[in-house]
Amino acid sequence: MSGAWFDYTVNGFVIGNIYALLAVGLALIYGVANLVNFAHGSVYVVGAYTGWAAITYLDTPLPVTLLCVIAVSALVGVGIERIGLRPLHGSSRIAPLLATIGIALVLDQVLQLLFTPDPRAVPMQVPEWRVAIGGGTIGALDLLIAGIGMISAVVLYSFLRFTKLGWAVRATAQDSDAAQQMGVDVNRVNMAVFAIASALSGVSGVLVGMYYNQISTAMSFEATLKGIVALIIGGLGNVPGAIAGSLILGLTESYGIALFGTSYRNLFAFVLLIAMLVWRPNGLFAARRSLPPEPMTGTFIARSRPVAVPRWAVAAMIAVAALLPLLDQPYLLQIGANSLMYAMLALSLTLVAGTVGQVSLGHAALLAIGGYASGLLAMDAGWPVALAIPAAGLVTAALGTLLVFPAFRLTGHYVSIATLGIGEIVALVILNWTGLTRGAIGLGGIPPLEVFGIDLGSVEGTYWLCLAVLVLLALLQLRLLRSHLGRTWRAIRDDPVAARSYGVSGDRYKALAFGFGGFAAGISGAITAHAYSYINHETFGASISILALTMVILGGLGNVLGAVLGATLLIALPEAFRFLAEYRILIYGIVLLLLIRFRPQGLMGTV
Amino acid sequence: MSALLRLEGINSFYGPVQVHFDLNLAVEAGQIVCLLGGNASGKSTTMKTVLGLQRPGSGRVWFDGAEITGLPTPQVIRRGIGSVPEARRLFPAMTVRENLLMGAYARSDRAAIAADEERVLGLFPRLRERLGQRAGTMSGGEQQMLAMARALMGRPKLICMDEPTMGLSPLFVDRVLELIQAINREGVTVFMVEQNASLALGIAHYGYVLQTGRIALQGPAGELLRDPRIRDAYLGGTARDGGDAG
Amino acid sequence: MAPVLEVRGLQKRFGGVTAVADAALDLREGELLSIIGPNGAGKTTLFNLVSGLDRPDAGSVRLFGQDVTGAAPERLAGLGLARTFQHGRVFGNLSVLDNVLVGAHARLRAVRPSVPVLGPLLELALAAIRPGAVRAEEAALREDAMRIISLFGERLMPRLDHPAFSLSYANRRRVEIGRALALHPRLLLLDEPTAGMNETETAEMQGVVAELKRSGLTILLIEHKLEMVMRLSDRVIVMDNGRRIAEGLPQAVRHDPAVIEAYLGHREAGMARAPAQGTVA
Repeated sequence: MSGAWFDYTVNGFVIGNIYALLAVGLALIYGVANLVNFAHGSVYVVGAYTGWAAITYLDTPLPVTLLCVIAVSALVGVGIERIGLRPLHGSSRIAPLLATIGIALVLDQVLQLLFTPDPRAVPMQVPEWRVAIGGGTIGALDLLIAGIGMISAVVLYSFLRFTKLGWAVRATAQDSDAAQQMGVDVNRVNMAVFAIASALSGVSGVLVGMYYNQISTAMSFEATLKGIVALIIGGLGNVPGAIAGSLILGLTESYGIALFGTSYRNLFAFVLLIAMLVWRPNGLFAARRSLPPEPMTGTFIARSRPVAVPRWAVAAMIAVAALLPLLDQPYLLQIGANSLMYAMLALSLTLVAGTVGQVSLGHAALLAIGGYASGLLAMDAGWPVALAIPAAGLVTAALGTLLVFPAFRLTGHYVSIATLGIGEIVALVILNWTGLTRGAIGLGGIPPLEVFGIDLGSVEGTYWLCLAVLVLLALLQLRLLRSHLGRTWRAIRDDPVAARSYGVSGDRYKALAFGFGGFAAGISGAITAHAYSYINHETFGASISILALTMVILGGLGNVLGAVLGATLLIALPEAFRFLAEYRILIYGIVLLLLIRFRPQGLMGTV
Repeated sequence: MSALLRLEGINSFYGPVQVHFDLNLAVEAGQIVCLLGGNASGKSTTMKTVLGLQRPGSGRVWFDGAEITGLPTPQVIRRGIGSVPEARRLFPAMTVRENLLMGAYARSDRAAIAADEERVLGLFPRLRERLGQRAGTMSGGEQQMLAMARALMGRPKLICMDEPTMGLSPLFVDRVLELIQAINREGVTVFMVEQNASLALGIAHYGYVLQTGRIALQGPAGELLRDPRIRDAYLGGTARDGGDAG
Repeated sequence: MAPVLEVRGLQKRFGGVTAVADAALDLREGELLSIIGPNGAGKTTLFNLVSGLDRPDAGSVRLFGQDVTGAAPERLAGLGLARTFQHGRVFGNLSVLDNVLVGAHARLRAVRPSVPVLGPLLELALAAIRPGAVRAEEAALREDAMRIISLFGERLMPRLDHPAFSLSYANRRRVEIGRALALHPRLLLLDEPTAGMNETETAEMQGVVAELKRSGLTILLIEHKLEMVMRLSDRVIVMDNGRRIAEGLPQAVRHDPAVIEAYLGHREAGMARAPAQGTVA
């Protein structure tokens, strides 16, 4: 037994080292650029594939492989800084964070197009021996990874402590204005930091490939998440803290697997993340401060005036949409129904992220809650579908608000990280709570849509139902926005401090927004579940959260009509250009990047 | 004769608010020149304009015979301007010695830097005792000295100081003023922004008084010190009505 | 009768710097008390402590006879305290009218029933359904907001639905004061209401504040334009380095040597700062 524990400890330590290579870079970037880099995991995958390609095509020995990985990853990092972030200097607070998400989408998709989504095996370049120690074993690869981890730490420490550029990095992280007044070129420092961070991330990627003997383009998102968790444990911007946080995370996961099984691994990571955000948002190693540091200052959303759309035009659009089924084009209707379901989600997100300024990156979890709630009510409790769907909306409103409630006191990037973590937790609970959710098998045979005995399972029926529900939700949301709630929500977004001084309780109004938004998203998830008749824990993944955010930004943050338009465009256009189907995510990413850079107020304007 | 630093017809803006209205001023080489004025008179913005931290809407900045309007800050520094920013802005997690060497960041002459470190520590003996201490843990007065020493490490022709006595105890205020004079005696031109008019004029050669973005008064420091109008500039235009006691 | 505001022994330190050391003041109903002092004297920190944005390290604040030391700003707003901010924190994307209406938030009754637990849900429902009482309340608030905006003459009236970010600096300050008045405050804290204004605009603002004072409002004012302070104030407190160095009638304070020194500095370098003895009580 003790031998097994030894193995788990070694495993946790090795994984911790891999996380450390990721997290250290995130900490450096956060230090100089005040930015959580969501593209970090994508660079890690770039590293993994570079290594794979070098070994496969060029037959490089290990040191050369590593050099290739370092060079390519560093170059990608420089590109991210130069093309994606530097032009955004002085734009709204969330712009750089959204830009890194866009870059991540683009990088992931390019890799997938180059190497296909199928997993690849990385040839082992390390001898396969293992030594037995006290009942457990250590292999050459374990030693290599630990060695590279430690060497990187020493090299990084020396760089920061003994080189001129290293000093400039530290000075910039502590006070970038003052650093400039010492003659430090902050742009160059940023570029150097992105290069170093990306090189470390790339090395981490290739080592993981060797450790698990497999790489795929899908690993990017998880790598970003794990790096961020380790970063938060250690404290944003704290390099030694990031290393310690990584080892803690690696060991926690490893012991967690030992105790509960593999499917619990990520649950541990994300519960740890949320616990840290709630209780120690500055990390384990920071002295207690009253408030987490505000990552960025300035306007939260882009300033603009919304495009005014006359009522008759809206009425005409609804009429045209209602008459669409008369064309008798089932395929078109299918896309239409899909767009409408997404539009409900976008409606919800534009309220939460746009009107109230809580940029949620876990919004798809609300779909999952709604879908499962309605499906289970209909299947296990035998409720009629027409009753199960609104009930699911209420369940989602209550549960969703309750889940994000601990995050209400967070601001800026922390909100995004927390909602991302909460979203992952929801998916993992669904996966692991087998008794309720049937676990990995998923929910099959969900009864079709039906209202008071009228079967709406047909394409037309689904479409009309979705349209009716969407119009209702949108009108309701517009009505709320025109009440005192609209100005109160937007006041919280524009200046929470001034809002509090006028008696506006942030918690209460954020809860109301998440409550109403949760209802809309829950309904969307519920309808989707009945329309698809099968869902599982992966149906509503993080990529849907990101897609919804892109829709909302495309339409204009906070803009109800914009959300509907954004959803319709992003769902319908790729269908119209079917030959582009495999480039779809790539297009989403590019759209997101172009919007942030050139039209941050979206098509219809922010509200 | 040409001044070391000259601002010509500067109009600058902070968002929609105009901060400077056709501002003209010159700093002669070898002098201590102070820019005085009450709150929100535009003093700090003048400093930012010189250092390239803020671009003026119109007007030109000349330093050492060349135009530096709109140059990025690091390049302005490389031309020989040292900065002691408002509120000191040290690198709090770096040691005193690291802060000093950051002051020499724009230089590459290693041997001379080492010599300058000795020279600067001679001027600020208090810092020598604390070389290994983190800057953030020092008292306000010591931090101010370190900020001045750090600026000197760049071997500047001109040092710009923004409110060097703000928030210091009276004892340190006097010490800081003495040090400014000592720095000037070593041949470094000093351009300082100060709210505390009497103190600044006590050590300066020449002074400007800024009032809502315009130069209201200027002249040799000795004359300004005796000029009753300087009090009006601070306490509002009608101070004389009340029969003031000077 | 208890004073409107009673501050005793208030202290606040940031790191090693003492921003406010042992501040004390009394403000009686209908009085206008000004706080003046050079940059960094601790005036705004004092405002933040009184208005609940910061918690004091020591001391007490009593508002309308209640101890509110360290109370949340939401609660203070409910008690009738309104404040403006040094740099004009308007809600940039909200219209002028909406900015002022947010100021009235603490006065919302019909749409914010004080029911425990279910209150927020009822609020959501009432906002969607809008029964007569809610509509009447909103209409009354709008009317009141228009009246407040009209205090600034034609400055804001033509811009009712312009977003605040598009306003001039002076107009933003006016919006801020309008927002504060919409709370129907019993105590108004004004932090440099004329900052960034030219002479005409300053004179106008002075007229507005004078009018507020005439209407009986109790006002605590931070201001640098001493002329305005002299004309409006019943009493003046002078702060320097986090301490009160003088307090008294405007004219007396103006000729207090300690005050002149605080602003201009002491005459000779090398001389330690004179202790603040010559204060006018």
